[in-house]
Amino acid sequence: MSATQTDLRIVENATCTFCGCVCDDMVLKVQGERIIEAKNACVLGKAWFLNHHAEDRPVALVEGKPASLDEAVERAAQILVTAKYPVVYGLSDTTCEAQRIAVAIADWIGGCVDTTTSVCHGPSGMAFQGVGEVTCSLGEVKNRADLVVFWGCNPAESHPRHMTRYSTMPRGLFVPKGRKDRTVVLVDVRRTKTAPAADVFLQIKPRKDFEALWALRALVKGMPVSPQIEQETGIPLAQLQELAERMKNCKFGVLFFGMGLSMTRGKHLNVEAALALARDLNQYTKFYIKPMRGHGNVTGADNVVSWQTGYPFGVNLARGFPRFNPGEYTTADLLARGEADAALIVASDPLANFPQPAREHLRRIPYVALDPKETPTTRHATVAFTTAVYGINVTGTVYRMDDVPIRLRPALPSRYPSDEEVLRRIERRIRQLLAIGVCPEKDGSGNHGRGN
Amino acid sequence: MPDTFVLIAGRTSRQGTSLNESKFGAEYLEETQTLWMNSADLTALGLKPGERVRVRSAWGSAEVTVQADKRGELPPGVVFLAYGDVSSRLMGGDTHGTGMPDSKGIDVTIERLVPA
Repeated sequence: MSATQTDLRIVENATCTFCGCVCDDMVLKVQGERIIEAKNACVLGKAWFLNHHAEDRPVALVEGKPASLDEAVERAAQILVTAKYPVVYGLSDTTCEAQRIAVAIADWIGGCVDTTTSVCHGPSGMAFQGVGEVTCSLGEVKNRADLVVFWGCNPAESHPRHMTRYSTMPRGLFVPKGRKDRTVVLVDVRRTKTAPAADVFLQIKPRKDFEALWALRALVKGMPVSPQIEQETGIPLAQLQELAERMKNCKFGVLFFGMGLSMTRGKHLNVEAALALARDLNQYTKFYIKPMRGHGNVTGADNVVSWQTGYPFGVNLARGFPRFNPGEYTTADLLARGEADAALIVASDPLANFPQPAREHLRRIPYVALDPKETPTTRHATVAFTTAVYGINVTGTVYRMDDVPIRLRPALPSRYPSDEEVLRRIERRIRQLLAIGVCPEKDGSGNHGRGN
Repeated sequence: MPDTFVLIAGRTSRQGTSLNESKFGAEYLEETQTLWMNSADLTALGLKPGERVRVRSAWGSAEVTVQADKRGELPPGVVFLAYGDVSSRLMGGDTHGTGMPDSKGIDVTIERLVPA
């Protein structure tokens, strides 16, 4: 056994980038090329770290055949430059540094840039623009919240440390007894694994969130609501009244909502109702609202795309200036309608989770995929790059679900390039093909205009 | 008992852990191809846990294994499927101007597959 394989190292304060909690208190035990222990990690974090191993795949595949990095970069750039309506999609499982180059590529090639937000909390992004977000950090929740409402989300399975680290269990400055100082309410269609952790569980009928939220808005303002609301939503009026009173009388309330609102019929209208409820409650107390974001750096993707284009997702750059229109420039639509003729897919797997018409079209067009692992999307890609894993192999910046940026502390080197490096090389080659000046020191600065 | 069920697709712990191993692995495939339903609904349809059924929406259909919800998680008329290839097959391409396909709250029917 070599010295490298037996060498045992401890990496402290490492960051888990599996879910939007982005827990940055991991203690990793590293032996050789494997992480053998991940202290403080939840069940998802343990699977994230302990299943990481040195891949045995080529650095790139072109039409399924092993290729050099240079060959793959050349083919990728050719695909993107010759396309008439390309889309750059994904970005939620990579660093902000890689995201900004992806936006620059979309800008150079005059395509759309869209992130997994559009099939996650995209409707929430639309609602934020319409209503606004009464926002706070998870640190404030930890130290102040005495009422926590989870609506249409299941943190016990999706964000296992959310409750223990931030929202429910921890002792805080103004909630010194931790869980005993808090009331936890869950509103959901299913009696999920989160339900046992809640003091109150309200089981709502499917697709009736909009009605229940508007009934709560009325009750908070002291307006009459018909007892028939139970027939409509499945929740008795008395329970809604009790929840309204709890929300008005708490000292610091927060409503965390999940894709139970944004993925169900009504979508952004459901979220607008929740945002308006939180806003209304500030006439009586301090009340906040936050989406439960899924992938490790999906919040970073929102921030970077917003910073670069002015809009969080679904942005068209074909005219040399950004235009935002969910439903038109969002990837599921571009593919399902058969409009996009090429794609750059970064750190996401649309062939595993997009609707069937979109998947069928993606399989028909040339596209480039970057991913550390083999996925349905990389298997069908015209050009597939194997990249290093952010957070495990690569440093950079990610945003926690409450928009707090966190610097990554990688545990292991990788023989594969980072997403940032591959994208930088593709971007540079695209600029050469478009006869735009290449300045090595300023690659990926974004917001260039096409210049042609 | 309703003829049409409401399908909720979502995340599970097992789906989250198994995708870290491989999306082509047996555990991930089993988790994303299992339909959970209320045990009373299962009985009413004459189904037994572990049987194969066809789930059909307005946009597509897929074969899955059905299981009874043991913890009383699902109310009658609601079925659950972990995100994956099957849930994608049942989703339509129209996002109603939002970018977000209808991924939860999809009307589906369920029929037993006759063993070959």
